[in-house]
Amino acid sequence: MKQNRFWPWLVFSLGAAYFIVPLVATFEFSLRMRRGYYSFDSYASVFSDPTFQATFSYSVVIGIFAVIAGILIVVPAVYFVRLRLPKLRPFMEFLTLLPLIIPAIILVYGYIRLYNSSSIIPFTGSALGTDVLLIFAYVALALPYTYRAVDTGMRTIDIQTLTEAAQIAGANSAQIIGQIILPNILVAVLSGAFLTFAIVIGEFTIASLLNRPAFGPYLQNIGANRAYEPAALAIISFILTWGAMGMINVLGRFAPRTSARTD
Amino acid sequence: MASDFLTVAGLTKTYGTTTVVKGVDFSFAKGEFISLLGPSGCGKTTILRMIAGFETPTAGSIKVDGQDITTLKPNQRQLGMVFQAYALFPNLNVGDNIGFGLKIAGVPAEERRARVADMLKLIGLPGYESRYPYEMSGGQQQRVALARAIAPRPRMLLLDEPLSALDAKIRVSLREEIRAIQRELGITTVFVTHDQEEALSISDRIVVMNAGNIEQLGAPHEIYNQPATRFVATFVGHLNNIDAIVTDPAARTVTIGGQPVTVANLPANAVPNAHMVLTVRPEVLAVGAHPASDVTLTGTVADVSFLGSVIRIRVALGENLISLDTFNDQRSAPPLRGEPITISLTSKDLLVLAN
Repeated sequence: MKQNRFWPWLVFSLGAAYFIVPLVATFEFSLRMRRGYYSFDSYASVFSDPTFQATFSYSVVIGIFAVIAGILIVVPAVYFVRLRLPKLRPFMEFLTLLPLIIPAIILVYGYIRLYNSSSIIPFTGSALGTDVLLIFAYVALALPYTYRAVDTGMRTIDIQTLTEAAQIAGANSAQIIGQIILPNILVAVLSGAFLTFAIVIGEFTIASLLNRPAFGPYLQNIGANRAYEPAALAIISFILTWGAMGMINVLGRFAPRTSARTD
Repeated sequence: MASDFLTVAGLTKTYGTTTVVKGVDFSFAKGEFISLLGPSGCGKTTILRMIAGFETPTAGSIKVDGQDITTLKPNQRQLGMVFQAYALFPNLNVGDNIGFGLKIAGVPAEERRARVADMLKLIGLPGYESRYPYEMSGGQQQRVALARAIAPRPRMLLLDEPLSALDAKIRVSLREEIRAIQRELGITTVFVTHDQEEALSISDRIVVMNAGNIEQLGAPHEIYNQPATRFVATFVGHLNNIDAIVTDPAARTVTIGGQPVTVANLPANAVPNAHMVLTVRPEVLAVGAHPASDVTLTGTVADVSFLGSVIRIRVALGENLISLDTFNDQRSAPPLRGEPITISLTSKDLLVLAN
């Protein structure tokens, strides 16, 4: 029996239009910098701006460090909770959701109060200290995504048996995590990493209130003062985010394959 | 041969209020192949995991080659283990899987490669170094797991139901390979299984376990032919239970379905007219009367099962229904249901078992 697909297609088209129309309009507007012609002048203007290059590079570096710190904190935490303290999992689920509930503005005010230049741990007393604080703030902000990505990755492998097999072969905990667990959940870890990176690249609140030269505050500043460049930057940001999401899909194809067979 | 290479003394494991291993003692000689046999939940896997170091004993001690390993971490025990679910590292190829323990031990790359090649030859998979686990069959993966376990030359090999996840045919061939490799290397091996046929076919000695206790420890033929308890007799192989009534304890006679029978090992304290249960293996019963058999009984064929090389005949003897196994003789047809049948046995094969 041939099914009538009109209504599903209509709903899909309306949903797609909701996202695509503003995007197409933004893109079309970004091409109108030169009167009477479509051109990429606004993009050229953005890319030639030294502040764009500086803030973007800064955010990329901060993003990379946030990804590394996140992996070093989240992977062992998820591993030991799943292996030794499974009763803590509901607590971990709740804890890692907190960054979605607590607004970034509250998080950053808390940091400033705790780590100001006259506190015991004066992170904000130096530029490097503030950068470190910013990295850990991003680790916290990305925690809901990285925790879930890593947790899902560990669910797909039998970590207890793999751990025992490595232990009986003489490996210690660091060797097991580094040589067995991490490579087997690498795709999940990289998914979390790209999500973290996508969040860090456009984040405004924390970077702005910690007064760091990041890409988010730059986007806001351009948006407030220019006409065509903000549209170009919005498209560039979308492409970067989509690129990160696309990489997650690509990496999914390299996930470890199951070897459970009875023959 | 000194029987003290592996010594387990008073080994106990308690989870909350449940004691799953109850003060188990045994010791084995170097090079022995030992099976821990029992149903699910009898504590056999827990004992193996305590030997491996994955579980901490509540009480008792484990010694290997004179060294007390009870409190050592698994990575300090120098043991090898094969798991039911293969547990090959999916990110490593066969060569790296087998060489993993050697790499951890700091064996140079050149020597490692040579040892991996030797191991692959031993398990019959030469040239498989660069394959990944997902590219291999279950039997091949388990052979690689065996090679990984023995490559670092451990003091002892632990096998945790390594054949359970495999097809029946592969299971039989692989268990023979495991036994051949174990004999070649002379490595002391502890094998956990719930399959009595597996345990009987490859072990030097078997520990039959039930509810956290050892029911019997002995060579396969001892376990099968002289079961110490009713549990061992029923768990290992098929067993007929026959209701009998004691007629004359002094003459060691009973009646089975109204027919008089002499029981060689009737307990001295048996009381006249008391009901008792005798047991007998199906394969010691024969169809027809035989000069070598001193007990002959007549009954009716209740059922006939054709099992290929063996035919199992169910015989009704009064209230009793007993099974008899006879080879499939292609020259004669099996008996029909409802036919009268004469069976015979030797009275010493009738067992009176402790509970």
